[in-house]
Amino acid sequence: MKRAGFNLLWLPIVLLAPQLVIIGVFFYWPALYAIRSSFYLEDPFGFGSTFVGAGNYIDLFSSAQYLKVAVFTVGFTGLVTFLSLSIALVLAVKADKIIRGTRVYRTLLMWVYAVAPPVAGFIGVMIFYQGNGPMTELLALFGYEFRLGVNYYDTAAAMVAVATWNHIPVNFIFFLSGLQSIPQSVKEAAMIDNRSGAGRFWDITFPLLAPTAFFLLIINITYALFDTFGMIDALVKGEPGNNPMTLVYKVYVDGFRGNDLGGSSAQSVILMVLVLVLTVFQFRVMDRRIHYT
Amino acid sequence: MTAAADPVLVATSRVRRKLSWQTIADHAILIAGSLLMILPVFAAFMTIGASDVDISRHGMQFTDGSHLAENFSKALFIQGGFTGAITGSTMLLNSFILGIGFAIGKIVFGMMAAYAIVYFRLRFATFAFWVIFTTLLLPLEVRILPTYEVVHGMGLINTYTGLIVPLVASATATFFFRQFFLSIPEELVEAARIDGAGPVKFFIDILVPLSRTMIAAIFIIMFVYGWNQYLWPTLITTDEAMFTLVRGIKQIYQSIDGGSDIPEFGRALALAFIAILPPVLVVVIFQSWFVKGLVESDK
Repeated sequence: MKRAGFNLLWLPIVLLAPQLVIIGVFFYWPALYAIRSSFYLEDPFGFGSTFVGAGNYIDLFSSAQYLKVAVFTVGFTGLVTFLSLSIALVLAVKADKIIRGTRVYRTLLMWVYAVAPPVAGFIGVMIFYQGNGPMTELLALFGYEFRLGVNYYDTAAAMVAVATWNHIPVNFIFFLSGLQSIPQSVKEAAMIDNRSGAGRFWDITFPLLAPTAFFLLIINITYALFDTFGMIDALVKGEPGNNPMTLVYKVYVDGFRGNDLGGSSAQSVILMVLVLVLTVFQFRVMDRRIHYT
Repeated sequence: MTAAADPVLVATSRVRRKLSWQTIADHAILIAGSLLMILPVFAAFMTIGASDVDISRHGMQFTDGSHLAENFSKALFIQGGFTGAITGSTMLLNSFILGIGFAIGKIVFGMMAAYAIVYFRLRFATFAFWVIFTTLLLPLEVRILPTYEVVHGMGLINTYTGLIVPLVASATATFFFRQFFLSIPEELVEAARIDGAGPVKFFIDILVPLSRTMIAAIFIIMFVYGWNQYLWPTLITTDEAMFTLVRGIKQIYQSIDGGSDIPEFGRALALAFIAILPPVLVVVIFQSWFVKGLVESDK
């Protein structure tokens, strides 16, 4: 709040009202509703609900299928985060280093940011199409029969590839602007002290980029958890069947296809707790982060 | 002594030569990266020119352009879907309504709330701040089913209000504007008060013009975000006349495996092209604003 603020009462209330009403109706009410229904068992035909306490949670944690989805989600998130961060970092370091053409490369490497995940997924379907997709044919040359939507691991690999592709641009933009904000004097001093490019990178550049990298780590985890829904839906063509899926996709499948309101809400609550833990972790680390510049 | 034998000159030319190899390697990596980004989309869009029969027999095509116009006109003007009520141009219009409506909603409500929080002495300002900023923690995807139930209960299924307003219920824009307002010097509001400007005049005549670049940057980010929404539109629009492009493409390519006819690959790919083009153009054309907004907003 500014020291020299205005002293009216009605105006700020009028200004805040629309925002508060919208988040009250479309955020707090649904969130509380989710917590409440996670303790109830809904009749699939709409004849009321029964209180089951922690029953829905116990069912989830003892379900082999839920655990399988959780394990896949962790692996998928880890792989996508690692791959897209490291590829973007290499590209950003090179784009920052060259003297001419940085802007051109920046444009070429960032526009995919605007490609919607489900459309990326659809292009992925065409590229990995069973039998005649370009990647399928390329892999067939090496004697591997890639079967999207049939083989669990093939589908998972396609998901990781498309998600990584779709998420390199954000990481690239942040890494590049992080690199460009390192003062020239620091770079020159490093140049004098250490002639080896790799040594300079690990001793100087990387620590300076660490806050950016950590922030991106959180962004990537949230992306892989939540924003990949459309991409996965495209790749499995709306038929989860035996295919891999993430926790968010399962919330949707159980809630809207399976009509299991209680189970789906319990999954929502578990995800809420997960996000809260991530955020608290983020703030704790961000508070302690060291600024060199 | 000739120049070639001069040890100093030899040394510098060797350094220069080594440097240039290094530069070539750097460019090679960047070109490989750019190709990785471009080729999948390029391959998909070259295929639009081929006929459905060829695509389904031989996969993606790169040289056949004979069906280009046909596939685009099918995508834009031929009615499709289950009820036959939807054309590509209707979906395009709906996508624009969602993208622009969402961006404007975010900016208007966000600026108003941020102004109230930053510039007024309010007892419950801190409370309002926390109530609003908690929403940053939980994305819509997490609370999707209960939100659907609430919107369904209000009878907002298949309306633009039901499509846009629940997406606006998060504090991202408020947060950006709060950060920005806090960075504006204190003296500005003092000077405005001395000159007799009231809070409304100060907001409209000073703060809004000052925020122009910020508004533009946030508009771009939010437009792309709104345009690319998928899960929420999938749930909330069951009437095909309400479909957006990103949501509607699924309807066409899902018949790829379902129907006994030859699937309409060309049409689906043409629609994908139309769905990708506007957000990509916005991001590329307004690149510097977009990058600035994106990077600064998240600090």
